[in-house]
Amino acid sequence: MKKDIILSGVGGQGILSIATVIGTAALAEGLQLKQAEVHGMSQRGGDVQSNLRISSEPVASDLIPRGEADIIISLEPMEALRYLPYLSKEGWIITNTTPFVNIDNYPDTEAIMAELKGMKNVILIDVDAIAAAEGSPRVANIVLLGAAVPFLGLGLDKFEQGIRAIFGRKGDEVVEANIKALKAGWDYAQKNRK
Amino acid sequence: MINKELFLGDEALAQGAIDAGLSGVYAYPGTPSTEITEFIQHKVVKERLPIHCRWSSNEKTAMEAALGMSFAGKRALVCMKHVGMNVCADAFINSAFTGANGGLVVVAADDPSMHSSQNEQDSRFYGNFAFIPTFEPSSQQETYDMIRAAFDFSEQHQIPVLMRITTRMAHSRAVVETRSGRAQNGMHYPANTRQWVLMPGNSRVRYKAVLEGWDEYEKLAAKSQFNSYTDGADKSMGIIACGIGYNYVMDNFPGGCPFPVLKIAQYPLPKALVNKMAGECSSILVVEEGQPIVEESIRGVLPTPVKIKGRITGELPRMGELTPDNVRPALGLPVREAMEPSKLVVARPPALCVGCGHRDVYNALNEVLRGEYKGAKVFSDIGCYTLGWLPPFRALDTVVEMGASITMAKGAADAGQFPAVAVIGDSTFTHSGMTGLLDAVNEGANIVVIISDNLTTGMTGGQDSAGTGRFEKICEGLGVDPAHIRVVVPLPKNMDEIRNIIRQEIEHKGVSVIIPRRECIQTAKRHNAKKFSK
Repeated sequence: MKKDIILSGVGGQGILSIATVIGTAALAEGLQLKQAEVHGMSQRGGDVQSNLRISSEPVASDLIPRGEADIIISLEPMEALRYLPYLSKEGWIITNTTPFVNIDNYPDTEAIMAELKGMKNVILIDVDAIAAAEGSPRVANIVLLGAAVPFLGLGLDKFEQGIRAIFGRKGDEVVEANIKALKAGWDYAQKNRK
Repeated sequence: MINKELFLGDEALAQGAIDAGLSGVYAYPGTPSTEITEFIQHKVVKERLPIHCRWSSNEKTAMEAALGMSFAGKRALVCMKHVGMNVCADAFINSAFTGANGGLVVVAADDPSMHSSQNEQDSRFYGNFAFIPTFEPSSQQETYDMIRAAFDFSEQHQIPVLMRITTRMAHSRAVVETRSGRAQNGMHYPANTRQWVLMPGNSRVRYKAVLEGWDEYEKLAAKSQFNSYTDGADKSMGIIACGIGYNYVMDNFPGGCPFPVLKIAQYPLPKALVNKMAGECSSILVVEEGQPIVEESIRGVLPTPVKIKGRITGELPRMGELTPDNVRPALGLPVREAMEPSKLVVARPPALCVGCGHRDVYNALNEVLRGEYKGAKVFSDIGCYTLGWLPPFRALDTVVEMGASITMAKGAADAGQFPAVAVIGDSTFTHSGMTGLLDAVNEGANIVVIISDNLTTGMTGGQDSAGTGRFEKICEGLGVDPAHIRVVVPLPKNMDEIRNIIRQEIEHKGVSVIIPRRECIQTAKRHNAKKFSK
C-alpha cells in the first residue's frame, strides 16, 4: 500500500489538521509515513502545501516526485490547480469550491471551475456550505477530509479513531461535530463520484 | 521501553535531547528551528521536567549561556536558524578553543530555497571553519538517535558538536521510535580550566590540540555508525550523498541503487572512504543539500583522473533545495512525465494579517512620507513587518538582517539622508537593535526609530519577546530624550494622532523613538480563546 497525498490551501485555512488526522490514522495502522509541512513566512495568507506520503514500506524522500501524487486534497480551488504537475495520470483531485480571494489578480472563478471540471478524476465540494448545514462552520476542513477518505486506502473507521484520538481532550461535543463532518464529506463523495 | 511517535524532525531532535539528559535549551526563534525549543517548553510544562527552556534575547546570548552550562558540567543545547550562526559566530568559533565539559550541541537549521529566510547559507561551513565536528541526519529517526550520540561525542571528546538540519528535515513528520532516557549530569567543573581562559598563551596551546582533535574526529567519522559505504555493481559512478540528499537518491531507486553510495552524516568528511570510492569508480557525484562544500573539498584545484560531478559542474542545480526530481538527470534517469501546469494559477504571496497593527503603522507612515517628505528612506528589519515591502504598502527601502534598520538609518543620516526612518519589531529590537540605538544616541543622529511593538515574536508563531513592557525604559536608559519617546495605539481611529506624531518626530533634530503598541492579532486570538474556554 502506498499513497502520495498533496494537501493544499491558503495559510491559516487548516490543512495541517487534515494532515494530522491522516497521519494518526496511518500510524495506528502501523504504516510508514513522511509528511513535509510549510511553516514560517508563507503561513501569513500565502499558498501552503503539505506532502504526505504513507506506505507499508519505508519512505525515503519527504517530497513527492512530479507526476506521482495519488491525490490532491485542497481547501481552495486555485490552490488545487497549482499542483497539477505533481498529480499522476490516474490521480484524484478533491477540492473545496469556495475561492479564497486575498489577491488583486485572482483569476476568473468560472474558468477555474471549468478547468477543474475538465479533470479526469475530480470531486468538487462546497465544504463551507456542508459544514454550515451540519451546524459547525469550523469543521469545514474535516468535511473535505471525509470527501477524500474513499481514495486514501484506509477505512472510514480508521479516520474516526484518528479524530477521537486528536480531538478527545477537547470534549465529546467537538469529537462528535468532527465525526459528523467527516461522514457528511464521505457521503458527498460517494454520491458525486463520476 | 520503546514508544512510536509521529514527530517533526525538530520534535525528534527535541525528544532525543531530553532523552539524552538535557539540562538546558537556549535559543532565539527562527524558522525552521523554532519547534525544537517549543517542543521542549511544552514537555517541561506537561511532565514538569527540570530543564531550562526560556527563550534567549538572541543567538549569541543563547550560545554563551549554553557554554556556561557546559562549563558547569551539564548538557546544553543551542538552537537557531542558519543566519543565527552569523550572530553567535564569535562565541561558537571560540567554543572550539574552550572545548566543552558537559555535552554541548549547537543546532543550525538551514533553509535552502529560502522558504522563510533572507539568504541561503550552509552551516557545515561553520563546522569546518571552527574545527567543530558536524552531524547531519538524513531521517527523523536518525535525528532522534544522532542527537544523543552527539551529546555523548561532545562529552567524551570535550568538544562542542554542530548538528545541521535543513527545512525538509525540520518540518517533515515521520514515525520515530524513542527509547528510555538518561539522567541529567550533576554539576562538575573541568579538571583543567586553563583552556577556558582564552588568552594568547593558552589559546596557542589549545589551537594545537584543536587541530590534532580534528584529525582524530575524521578517523572516527570513517567508522561512524551514521556514515556507510554501500557497494553497487555499476562502477561508472559513485555517489556521495550527504544528509537528506541521501533520501532523494534512494527514492529514485526503489529496487536498490546500482551505484556505490557513500552516505555521509558525520563530518569531518572521512577521506579514507572518499579515497576508496575514487579508487573504485570512474566518476563521483556529490549530492548535498546547500552549498557544494563536500564537492569543493574533494575537487581541490588540480584536475584528478576521477571526474567529480555536482552543483559546481552543473549536474545538480547550483542553488536551492534538492528534490527527488532535480537529482534525476545526475543519476542518469529520464525526467518524469507530468501534467502541464495550469495557466490560470497566479502567485499568492504572504501578507500581513487583516487587522494587524503593522498595517496601521505603514498606512500612517506612507501617508506622511509620500505626501510631505518625498525623499524619505525607510530602513526596515526582519519580521512580519518585512511584508510591508509588498503591495499594497511598498513602504520599505531596505531589509538586511536582525537590527540593521536602526544602524543603516543612522549611516544614511550620517551621509546626509533626511528623513531617515527605521522600522523594527519589538523582539528584533531586543535581539540586535539596542546597541545600534546607543550609537545613534551618542552621536545625536537625526533619525526616527519606529519600534512596532506587537508584544510578541510574531513571524515565528508568537513566542515571548524579551523586552515586553520595558521598551520606554530601555530607550530612556540608552539615552533617548523621554520627550521624544512617543507611544501610540496603531488603530485606524488614531490615524490623525499617529500622523501628527510622525511629523513632529521627523522635524525633531536628533533621535526619536515612536512605539506603536498593539498585540499581535494571532496571539490575541489565542489569548481570547483561552479566556473563553475558562
